Amino acid sequence: MSTLTSQSVKEETAPRPRLGWLITDSIAVSRRHLLKITRVPESLFFALIQPVMFVLLFAFVFGGAIDVGPGGAQAYREYLIPGILAQTVMFAVAGITVGITEDASKGIMDRFRSLPMRPGAVLTGHTLASLLQNILVIMILSVTGFLVGWRINDGFSNAAIAYLMFASFAYAITWVGAWIGLHMPNSEVAGTAGLAWIFPFTFASNIFTPVATMPGWLQPFVLWNPVSCLALAARELFGNPTPLLGDSFPERYPVQLSFAYSLLLLAIFAPLAVRAFKTRNK
Amino acid sequence: MTLAIKASGLAKAYGEVIALNGIDIEVEQGTVLGLLGPNGSGKTTTVRILATLLQADSGSASVGGFDVVTQSDEVRSVIGLTGQYAAVDEYLTGRENLELFGRLFHLSKFDAAKRATELLDRFDLSDAADRGIKGYSGGMRRRLDLAASLIGRPNVLFLDEPTTGLDPRSRQGMWSVIENLVSEGTTVLLTTQYLEEADQLANRIVVLDHGTVIAKGTSNELKSQVGGDRIEIVVESATDVARAADLIQEFGSAAASTEEVTKTILLPVAGGSTAIVNIVRKLDENKIAIADIALRRPTLDDVFLSLTGHATEDNEEISAPAKGRRGRKGRS
Repeated sequence: MSTLTSQSVKEETAPRPRLGWLITDSIAVSRRHLLKITRVPESLFFALIQPVMFVLLFAFVFGGAIDVGPGGAQAYREYLIPGILAQTVMFAVAGITVGITEDASKGIMDRFRSLPMRPGAVLTGHTLASLLQNILVIMILSVTGFLVGWRINDGFSNAAIAYLMFASFAYAITWVGAWIGLHMPNSEVAGTAGLAWIFPFTFASNIFTPVATMPGWLQPFVLWNPVSCLALAARELFGNPTPLLGDSFPERYPVQLSFAYSLLLLAIFAPLAVRAFKTRNK
Repeated sequence: MTLAIKASGLAKAYGEVIALNGIDIEVEQGTVLGLLGPNGSGKTTTVRILATLLQADSGSASVGGFDVVTQSDEVRSVIGLTGQYAAVDEYLTGRENLELFGRLFHLSKFDAAKRATELLDRFDLSDAADRGIKGYSGGMRRRLDLAASLIGRPNVLFLDEPTTGLDPRSRQGMWSVIENLVSEGTTVLLTTQYLEEADQLANRIVVLDHGTVIAKGTSNELKSQVGGDRIEIVVESATDVARAADLIQEFGSAAASTEEVTKTILLPVAGGSTAIVNIVRKLDENKIAIADIALRRPTLDDVFLSLTGHATEDNEEISAPAKGRRGRKGRS
């Protein structure tokens, strides 16, 4: 009886291509995480409240002190929103770092590992769910931006490219978070470590203030910082103010560079994370 | 004889700490092997290696005829695993959990839903099926966890301390579920700290201590290693103890031991019940009043104590708890 069963399982599963499995397994796992968001809607609520607060604070409190060229406060709000979108994408990474660490230390990981699923799907499913949540947050933030005066000035197709760019960068950078999360001993450490590296990248950038206001020695880092590229590229695509420093490479080709950064991050960190996942606790 | 599980020379160390020191295990198809041992004896490590979760430093193992390292995918499609902690998602409902695992077992959407309903029914969880796991009792979680491990109709089931922390009634429930699975032909490897559990469920028992197999056999074989039956007699008066022991010595298979304080005589015997009749008659003839008399069969507790509770190990026990290794009798 037993040999029969094992053979029938083999026959049933053998012809399915492994890539097909990776896709269906990832969808099943991402469904798990999306269900979780609906069970704990607070997590989504607080993921939203922080960027909305940043929008309001910078639009109405600090914004008046920052000069981005002609147009005054209205110009600053248009300058600000693409920056906030980039910041939101970055901060979301801390969430997945904690999520992955927490998940990896739970019994359910043993269940996943003992199933004939593709091991990588545990991560691709999680990152996909995180991407969908990110897209939702970006949509809501765009509406908030619109309400405080941000506008899309350069047509629909460029705006679509901008959103596609945010989505690809969001997905790619999530893998960095996943990779870090797999090396953390517990979720408390993951919470602090997951944010620590995000701060310099997020704030030593052009998201709130133009590069020209920063000290000369810092400017190269700020210019090449992927977060700056992303914000600058989005400002160009949305037709928002782009106070440039000069004509350095990252300022001339921000859109191309942003997509290149996304590809590069994905190519490096997705395999690293999958390997870390497979060897964790082995 | 077909072997469902075969492991030889499995060894695993975590840095300095040796978890497994070369163990051999064989489990025949359709039988239950009880892996018995205190905390830190290597039970869980063994299960994790056999279930492909962990790689041994040396040695080899096959499950369902597949090598656990080179054919881990095949192994995973014929096994089920239930660990010490319920391996389910807290935020999902019971049904959602089972459907998720069904999909990851590559059942179709329809089959996954059908199998989930079937298992919820079988484990008496239908009423709670659409509630979040957070509201489940410990027993319900364990049942759901066991249900989850049965999604793929496994031939080989690993149960790592399936009843630890359960109340007696839930434990009985778990036992009857496991007995049913075995009667359907499932091979089970069960780890436990409860001797009673191994006695009840396992055809064969392997006793582990400090990562080594220190005994193996059926429950009866292990008990006979400790010695046969003993008759325990409690006499009314402490002054009778020595005289009574002398009088009944002729019925024993070995020297009687006495304890004046508790007025107790322990006599190893060969034929238990005839010896009782003889002893009662003899003591009665000699006007010695008996307060209590009982035939004692050795329990696995006795086996375990006699195997691991050597005085020579007492020194080690002082340093042992720091490494989280063992209590003398395991948790009971």
